[in-house]
Amino acid sequence: MSMSYAVKNLVQGSQELIAFRIGDQEFCVNIMSVREIRGWTPATPMPHAPAYVMGIVNLRGAVLPIVDLSARLGMGEAEPTPRYVIIVAHMRERVVGLLVEAVSDILTITDENIQPVPEVSSDLERQCARGILAIDKRMICLIDLDWLFPEKESEAA
Amino acid sequence: MDMNEIKEIFFQECEEQLAELESGLLKLNDGDRDPETVNAVFRAVHSIKGGAGAFGLDDLVSFAHVFETTLDCVRSNKLEPTQDVLKVMLKSADVLADLVAASRDGGSVDETRTRGLVKELEALAHGDVPSPASHEAPKPAAKAPAAAPKAESPKPTDDSGFQPIPFTFDDFGSDEPAIEGSTYDIMFKPRRELYSKGNEAALLLRDLSRIGEMSINCDATALPALDKMDPEGSYFGWTISIKTAKSEDDLRAVFEFAEWDCDLEVKPSEAESSDEELPMIPVPFDLSALDDAPAVDDKAEETLAAAVAAAETASNVAKAAGAAARAEKKETAAAAAAQNNAAAAAAAAGQTIRVDLDRVDRLINLVGELVINQAMLSQSVVENDATGTSAVNIGLEELQQLTREIQDSVMAIRAQPVKPVFQRMSRIVREVADMVGKSIRLVTEGENTEVDKTVIDKIAEPLTHMIRNAVDHGIETPEKREAAGKDPEGTIKLTAKHRSGRILIELADDGGGINRERVKQKAIDNDLIAPDANLSDEEIDNLIFAPGFSTADTISDISGRGVGMDVVKRSIQALGGRISISSRPGLGSTFTMSLPLTLAVLDGMVVTVAGQTLVVPLTAIVETLQPEASAIHSFGATQRLISIRNSFCPLVDVGRILNFRSTQANPVEGVALLVESEGGGQRALMVDAIQGQRQVVIKSLEANYTHVPGIAAATILGDGRVALILDVDAVVAASRGQSLKAEMSLAATG
Amino acid sequence: MKKKVLTVDDSRTIRNMLLVTLNNAGFETIQAEDGVEGLEVLEGCNPDVIVTDINMPRLDGFGFIEGVRRNEKYRAVPILVLTTESDAEKKNRARQAGATGWIVKPFDPAKLIDAIERVTA
Repeated sequence: MSMSYAVKNLVQGSQELIAFRIGDQEFCVNIMSVREIRGWTPATPMPHAPAYVMGIVNLRGAVLPIVDLSARLGMGEAEPTPRYVIIVAHMRERVVGLLVEAVSDILTITDENIQPVPEVSSDLERQCARGILAIDKRMICLIDLDWLFPEKESEAA
Repeated sequence: MDMNEIKEIFFQECEEQLAELESGLLKLNDGDRDPETVNAVFRAVHSIKGGAGAFGLDDLVSFAHVFETTLDCVRSNKLEPTQDVLKVMLKSADVLADLVAASRDGGSVDETRTRGLVKELEALAHGDVPSPASHEAPKPAAKAPAAAPKAESPKPTDDSGFQPIPFTFDDFGSDEPAIEGSTYDIMFKPRRELYSKGNEAALLLRDLSRIGEMSINCDATALPALDKMDPEGSYFGWTISIKTAKSEDDLRAVFEFAEWDCDLEVKPSEAESSDEELPMIPVPFDLSALDDAPAVDDKAEETLAAAVAAAETASNVAKAAGAAARAEKKETAAAAAAQNNAAAAAAAAGQTIRVDLDRVDRLINLVGELVINQAMLSQSVVENDATGTSAVNIGLEELQQLTREIQDSVMAIRAQPVKPVFQRMSRIVREVADMVGKSIRLVTEGENTEVDKTVIDKIAEPLTHMIRNAVDHGIETPEKREAAGKDPEGTIKLTAKHRSGRILIELADDGGGINRERVKQKAIDNDLIAPDANLSDEEIDNLIFAPGFSTADTISDISGRGVGMDVVKRSIQALGGRISISSRPGLGSTFTMSLPLTLAVLDGMVVTVAGQTLVVPLTAIVETLQPEASAIHSFGATQRLISIRNSFCPLVDVGRILNFRSTQANPVEGVALLVESEGGGQRALMVDAIQGQRQVVIKSLEANYTHVPGIAAATILGDGRVALILDVDAVVAASRGQSLKAEMSLAATG
Repeated sequence: MKKKVLTVDDSRTIRNMLLVTLNNAGFETIQAEDGVEGLEVLEGCNPDVIVTDINMPRLDGFGFIEGVRRNEKYRAVPILVLTTESDAEKKNRARQAGATGWIVKPFDPAKLIDAIERVTA
């Protein structure tokens, strides 16, 4: 199963986001970064990888690393079931798969909808988010994709 | 396409021309006297000069020009290409390469050296035959003939009188020239050759009319009766009076292309005195126009139109000759056709096209995926129909065959001859030999052996290092060689050939060979082996590849840059290759490198480790063993050794090293892969089971992830899952820890 | 109608420069890499003018010009020799072979166009 989203003529200043669920919290990423959404397939584990790197899978001949977003956010390692999906996203010059429970929504917002991240004590939460959205009484955290994954040749070793 | 892209093309082309130049010069050096070799050498320099001029690379133009001039002397047999002459030329080729590099990358070249060679080249062109001793110390005053830097003055690079076209139609198209200038009388009578060379009298008159105000008088008196007329003859002549601000030379320049094929007279009008202010006197139509300038203009225009029409008639007449002359020219045409056919056949023999590397890589990637896809398909069919007899099965087998052939063909596209790398080596031999005062000849063989481009790109560096080593340490000084009864000139032989799906590169010198006593002592001094180690000759020779080993007693400028043969070996191994040395005292040493033909696919052994599938490059594996309990020996608290034919080899649990399991596996339940490691010693890598052997397509991990220690790359297996390719050297290095000395001596004595 | 130029030069750099210069000036450009290819290409392309190098492998500029002049159909096509040759003797040989005119490399685009205009109607 795989979906792709065409970016329509957006109103000036508006953007589309893909929202997804991890545990009981909602997060989102900009749709422009998302290449496709795939079903979960078992990943080949990588030696010496951080716990949130589940391993690598074959994406039409290319090697795609899978990041367990729950683990990355410090919310415990995911135990994926076939219902889980992988959001294939561009970050800088890399393509990475994000493992999430389910895609929950596609949102069209304007910049005004995005609130700054409140001053919380934990570095992790402050760094991972680009902003906070309040939509229909829900709180959705806009993930900063660049933060997700270590720079090349750094942490992973 | 813009100028920057063209410039890039130019530099690419320079590389090709430089290679052509060097190989030609080396051929001449070997006694080749084929005129086409000399021509090719000349063309290479000539072509570099031509392009360099277009980009205003003046230093390059100046040097290329001097070089070209001297080469032209060789080409016209004025200069005998003796060894001494060629020595200067080879050095000049090196300088030319440096100048190209400096023009491309910025930076400077050794000007003293350049000037010195300019002097030497000029001396050669003037017939001064060099003596071997006369190569040095030219005074820095010498200067190459200056090249005009500006594009608007295309340069004649000498004074032979061949001037560029001085087009100066600045007032082109201006209808009302406010002419201040002089009046000239021109007599122009074309000969028939003018037309046969594609010139047109009408066009010349048209051009002339653009640079001044003129009146024309057509002289058709020579025109014979129609039946007597030669259709290709020239019967018209013109007298022109022109008033122009341009000089007489400018007027003559209009006829530049035609002047050999016509009678031409250009002189200041006699009607005009030295008084520049006198109005123009049109001749011969209307002297009364003196007082009536507009009338003159009209008249002149009419006259001009008539004259041009006449000229056009003349050229049409000439053109009409085609049909009339056809019959008698048939023979010529047939001959030309035959020549064309021969040319076409010659062209077909070695036709090539240029393809962007990205396109080839994309194709290779696609074929890689096709291979994986085909394997996946086969696997699922086999799973569903184990009998293997159905039509589907047979079709699949054919598909597999075809896929393999497509893959081979695609890989062949990237295959390139090793020639360019070999050619680079000859310069290194020259330069290093000069530096250390040795006389050395590089002989190459099998330069056309092909290997994947990525491999070629990566062997240059280790090969360079080995060549430097051979020149610096391998070959003795001329004195030593003479004393040993050898030719004072040493020989290094570089050979490439294909052998069982790999490329074999051999580097042989006829020097003194490895001094085993010294190597052994050095290894003991450097704690690489135990003082009492009992090593075979071969083992001693291979010690030079051990990390931290350097054979030179004194670190020299040439090969002592902190890089040892261990680094060479490592880079060869990183390419999936192996290197070994054999040496005979007094007779020389031979290094043998065996490399894969491509880095895109790899022959691997597919193994299972802790439930994971891994691929181990086949080239690293010496043999596989089923360990017996009696062969496993504990060594200290954590180490285990396996005895193989009375030698002890450390066991490395791949699963542990990669952190796939927390406790060591029981060796008896698994399989040991005996691998060759960097230091010359061996390791037994423990894996759980062997699944089989297959060729795999190498996929980069770095593209989307990062480098993973112990893992060389990834690949995709028949079931579509990703498997990791083991980096054997890294795993062995990780297992080595601190116990280097013990292991080396164990491996060596074993 | 666009004027058609056949260029014959073994240097990729010069071929590309010619191509850019001529295309920018509104000419249609056909290219060949040496004299042999030039003669092959000539048949199908019917050029208004030919620009050729002298020093080329297989068949040099002199041979190429002679080949064109021997061709019944193209013997009146203007041929400009484009070369760095600064030797008067080369110039003569080109003329004897049947060259219409010449241009010294490196060429200024405007001058190349002028020279072509000069030999074509």
